[in-house]
Amino acid sequence: MNRSTHTALALAATLALLAGCETSPEAIKPTAAAPIQTRSVTAPGTGSAGATSTAAAQSQVATVNLAGAGAAGASTSGANRAAGAGATAMLAAPTQRIVYFDFDSFVIKDDYRGMLDGHAKALAAAKARHAVVEGHTDERGGREYNLALGQKRAEAVVKSLALLGVGQGQLEAVSFGEERPAAQGSDESTWARNRRAELKDR
Amino acid sequence: MPTPSIPHAPLTCQPRRRRFLGAVGVYGAHGALSSLAALAPKPAAAQFRVEINGVGATQVPVVIAPLRDEAQSGVAVSAVVSADLQRSGLFRSLPADMALDERSTLDLPAWRAKGADAVVAGSVNKLADGRFDVRYKLWDAVRNEQLLGQSKVVLAADLRLAAHRVADEIHQKLTGERGVYATRIAYVVRTGRRYALHVTDADGEGGQVALASPESIISPAWSPDGKHLAYVSFETQKAVVWVQDLSSGERRMVANFRGSNSAPAWSPDGKRIALTLSQDGLAQLYTLPVSGGTPVRLTSSGAIDTEAVYAPDGSQIYFVSDRGGGPQVYRVPAGGGNVERVTYTGSYNISPTISPDGKLLAYIGREGNAYRVMTQELDTGQVTQLSDTQDDESPSFAPNGRLLVYASRMQGSDVLMTTTLDGKIKTRLLSSGSDMREPAWGPFGR
Repeated sequence: MNRSTHTALALAATLALLAGCETSPEAIKPTAAAPIQTRSVTAPGTGSAGATSTAAAQSQVATVNLAGAGAAGASTSGANRAAGAGATAMLAAPTQRIVYFDFDSFVIKDDYRGMLDGHAKALAAAKARHAVVEGHTDERGGREYNLALGQKRAEAVVKSLALLGVGQGQLEAVSFGEERPAAQGSDESTWARNRRAELKDR
Repeated sequence: MPTPSIPHAPLTCQPRRRRFLGAVGVYGAHGALSSLAALAPKPAAAQFRVEINGVGATQVPVVIAPLRDEAQSGVAVSAVVSADLQRSGLFRSLPADMALDERSTLDLPAWRAKGADAVVAGSVNKLADGRFDVRYKLWDAVRNEQLLGQSKVVLAADLRLAAHRVADEIHQKLTGERGVYATRIAYVVRTGRRYALHVTDADGEGGQVALASPESIISPAWSPDGKHLAYVSFETQKAVVWVQDLSSGERRMVANFRGSNSAPAWSPDGKRIALTLSQDGLAQLYTLPVSGGTPVRLTSSGAIDTEAVYAPDGSQIYFVSDRGGGPQVYRVPAGGGNVERVTYTGSYNISPTISPDGKLLAYIGREGNAYRVMTQELDTGQVTQLSDTQDDESPSFAPNGRLLVYASRMQGSDVLMTTTLDGKIKTRLLSSGSDMREPAWGPFGR
């Protein structure tokens, strides 16, 4: 019999009695100053923080730092953000590029037919143009599942554009899930503005 | 191994009579301890990194003396050890009221009289080459004998790691189980519009940044050897799966197909990655060699299939599908085959993960508007709710299977929590005030 089994058997029998006798549990407090972070972020190849040693620290992590490559995408979504919740009023406008969805829904409402028809005609007339449809969800639920839900919304828009004559090669459906909300907040009007698919030129 | 210390004394009320009570109490006999709920310790001060909520139960009292000269090393080694042991919920730290080191001659009966079951003391010495020698001893005050005496020579940058290894050794000696203090956790920090994939010690400290990006990063997944992370980055304005070598920083796209590429999971042998692709329309599961190659489709449903995770023996892949209406957990043989539904309780169950022994499924279940950490025993179907918060996400097992780390929200911030598998002891990992999310607990070894 190994040590832990032995111990567990012996003590399981006595636990109830002993547990009832346990006195004065104390609040857990630090016995010394809290440990401080000592390992600074190190650029690749600079080695360890060891004062005089040149050997690398164990489990050293190299940092990859990406520049602000996403600025273009971010500013586009910022422009779209201005359209916001009031968007349903100006659906047919050719500049409108956002389809909003009901909760847990992938159905493109009839309101958006004119808008999508306009985009479809423009794309069908210019076969060299490419567009991407980005699907988005509200913040509720898991990130990966929301990514898949956003993809389903984007696919719904791509399918309807394809039915209207746009070549499949001109379109790509992608998803940002809940990662790129158009509006910040945790109420139904915010969530409604985030459940969307955006049509963007590539 | 030494003979275990078995109580054969009459079972009178002797508080903290023997060690191991904590281990048995927390892990083995929840019911017997429920009467102690009223005696639960108060949450520690907010600035202290070990914030323990819930039932303290019976904890092994250990004196951890400040290591002699540790202040000169720049790392409060003994405080790291003490915080580690307390975070497990199995130990309680007692103050040392005198200076001690590994050469001290201890009056163990006197320490026993002060309530200690065990005593730790040691020293940190700077060597001529700049490295540090961390020495310590562990004494059993109940049986009046020395249990451990160790020395570790490390770089200054590895002092926290050395402290975690000391805590692991003490944990193993006193409980018979492997500790996870020297393991690492990966998670994503969002600060304003910047995202960073962090790799830290299991206590959330000693943080290093693997990737900093202006776009979101989600779903980090550790390779079984702990040397690589797979993750989803939106840096190219779409979801792409990358694999990064942590020590060199080398990274490459492993899946950049049409549509979204997401939810990577490593096979236990580290050779394949299961993931979600939408190249044929809806999100479906595929597997792919880590070295690259053609994805092999694993599921074919007219619904969403995502969040694949391998069972530890590699035979099955658990995943989420909404093929039955709402999302539920299913499983399929790793090479493909019949799909079987696993969760039946509730209408929204996502983010499955399997315990290292393959017996327990942890996942997020929705009840009303609350998303909570749940577990289900795979052989009995027994479901347990572990958290009572509202917005919990991304559970991940510690490699010893005794704790889960998960993301939650607290006072408007994204935070990381750990919980024991009975949900009774929860701790919050250190927060710098930034949003922390998407935790993934790394394997043993580093």
